[in-house]
Amino acid sequence: MDQTTLNIIVVGLSFALYFGIAIWARAGSTSEFYAAGRGVNPVVNGMATAADWMSAASFISMAGLIAFVGYSNSSFLMGWTGGYVLMALLLAPYLRKFGKFTVPEFIGDRFYSTKARVVGVICLIVISTTYVIGQMTGAGVAFSRFLEVSSTTGLVTASCVVFVYAVLGGMKGITYTQVAQYVVLIIAYTIPAIFISLQLTGNPIPGLGLFSNMAPGQVGAGEPLLVTLDGLLTDLGFNAYTTGSSPFLMALFTLSLMIGTAGLPHVIIRFFTVPRVADARISAGWTLVFIALLYLTAPAVGAMARLNITDLMWPEGTQGEAVTIEMIQNDPEYAWMNTWQQTGLLGWEDKNGDGRIQYYNDANPSMTERAEAAGWQGNELTNFNRDILVLANPEIANLPGWVIALIAAGGIAAALSTAAGLLLAISSAISHDLIKTVFNPSISEKGELLAARISMAGAIVVATYLGLNPPGFAAQVVALAFGLAAATLFPALMMGIFSKRINASGATWGMLVGLISTCAYLFTYLGIFFVPGTNFLEPTASNYLFGIPPTHFGPIGALLNFAVAILVSRATEEPPQEIQDLVESVRIPRGAGAAVDH
Amino acid sequence: MADNSSTNAYWAANIRIITWCLVIWAVASYGFAILLRPLLSGIPIGGTDLGFWFAQQGSILVFLALIFFYAWRMNKLDKEFGVEE
Repeated sequence: MDQTTLNIIVVGLSFALYFGIAIWARAGSTSEFYAAGRGVNPVVNGMATAADWMSAASFISMAGLIAFVGYSNSSFLMGWTGGYVLMALLLAPYLRKFGKFTVPEFIGDRFYSTKARVVGVICLIVISTTYVIGQMTGAGVAFSRFLEVSSTTGLVTASCVVFVYAVLGGMKGITYTQVAQYVVLIIAYTIPAIFISLQLTGNPIPGLGLFSNMAPGQVGAGEPLLVTLDGLLTDLGFNAYTTGSSPFLMALFTLSLMIGTAGLPHVIIRFFTVPRVADARISAGWTLVFIALLYLTAPAVGAMARLNITDLMWPEGTQGEAVTIEMIQNDPEYAWMNTWQQTGLLGWEDKNGDGRIQYYNDANPSMTERAEAAGWQGNELTNFNRDILVLANPEIANLPGWVIALIAAGGIAAALSTAAGLLLAISSAISHDLIKTVFNPSISEKGELLAARISMAGAIVVATYLGLNPPGFAAQVVALAFGLAAATLFPALMMGIFSKRINASGATWGMLVGLISTCAYLFTYLGIFFVPGTNFLEPTASNYLFGIPPTHFGPIGALLNFAVAILVSRATEEPPQEIQDLVESVRIPRGAGAAVDH
Repeated sequence: MADNSSTNAYWAANIRIITWCLVIWAVASYGFAILLRPLLSGIPIGGTDLGFWFAQQGSILVFLALIFFYAWRMNKLDKEFGVEE
């Protein structure tokens, strides 16, 4: 059986599973549609939240980002997990006690203001829409590579699948589908990693293999894997894997991802689905357990893939001769390079015409002498898209066909589960916060459920359109989502719980300043709505304010939000007594079951 | 519902626990893994130093322990003050 057929069978089976679950767990009421009827076990909820949270970026891109930068990109690991500590301690239990369905609903009630609620809806839609574009693009890429269809066909297929189970099942269907998707994606991620770790270090647990010695018969046998990797890389003029540059920027970026994670509305609403406040606390812990299974493996995947690739490019060692073109074309060990070259995501060029492909850092001045003496004319592995690393990993390590098919299903599961969660957050904000609260408060439950399904369908159409015509580079769009979540929703929610003094105007102005300042900073360097060519300044370090890149701006936006909210609140009247009582009641768990709907 | 002063005491105790958890959260990630890494450079682990381990794995394990500790500690506090569900 050829690889494409195998891929179609495995991916098709996983889809059949998701549809089956959607039909079984169909939502019959708004409570089931928005919050899965609040009957979800915290461990199950943790697993679903993990799938919801781990997007195409975690599954496909993260290991590649770490592999090609090394230590400095540990920010992704710490940032995307450390946010759960903030969420568990500062938000989840109180929002569960508050006992409503959406994030803008909390903002609207706590700040006793429709204006605040509408600003909350706008922030939520901006955050979720920008984030969902990246997911749809990611699903399109995974489909086109593994099913060998055009990325347009892939994206439209992905939309149809999400449409069926998300519109039908709402939060209830999505929760159980995400549990299945988690199982698919974690197996898909771990199996190749175990094989590779065994090959390189003899240790079956990749996270431990990363700190183990190289196995006999491998390059650098007997010395620690990271020492071997550092050695190979520095020989070729790259930075050592275990060293990094600016600690300040690294800390700032980590902080941005942490606050952003805690402020992402589609993750926050997951904690509305458990039965009790105590469950909301522990559910955040279970979520992190399931995320950690992937995140403790990811740095090993990154380091081992980088080592394997470097080793493949220099089969006789970094002081010997580089790989020949003839080997790349005929040796089965290099077959993956040919497959990926066809996608345009990997490329090489024999610049000096010696029949070999030299991979080294031609920007490093200390390499110039060696390159001249050897007659090299620049790095010849000209294109290596970081996103292919995880997808190509099983092929690089020569693993069987079914493992490759599994990776396809896992990548698609990661993108679809996150897209579904985001679409649910968007649709409930529209149907519940705009239609029911602002425009038509007398709408019946049945009418609201229909409105929720229609807005979900509308959101899918918009997401598909934007996925086909992404505004600029998808990764920047994801960075915007994190920065915005950090600068808008997180501060508003946190202040709403921890300060009784913050009033309606304070919170509204705070969110607006956070939203506008972050957008302005991003648009200045990356273009208005990321349209290429509309940026005011070139995105280079010397142009940045205090050297802060746009992706690191989240904490600054959050700081502005906090400052404005506190100053405006101090200058205006304190919130009415019933709001202070509301804050008081949100702080203690007792009585959580009662407060469900209006 | 518990009376006002007991509610305040409960909230103050909660804030104390949160503060300590966040101190540990910050020291493990921003501290050991980034800003204080040079201090840990003398402690070797698997071909690199302890700071690198904290950056790639240790901080995640610390985060996990913190959330479970917090959940356990708060459930106990809920019972002490009689505000559990």
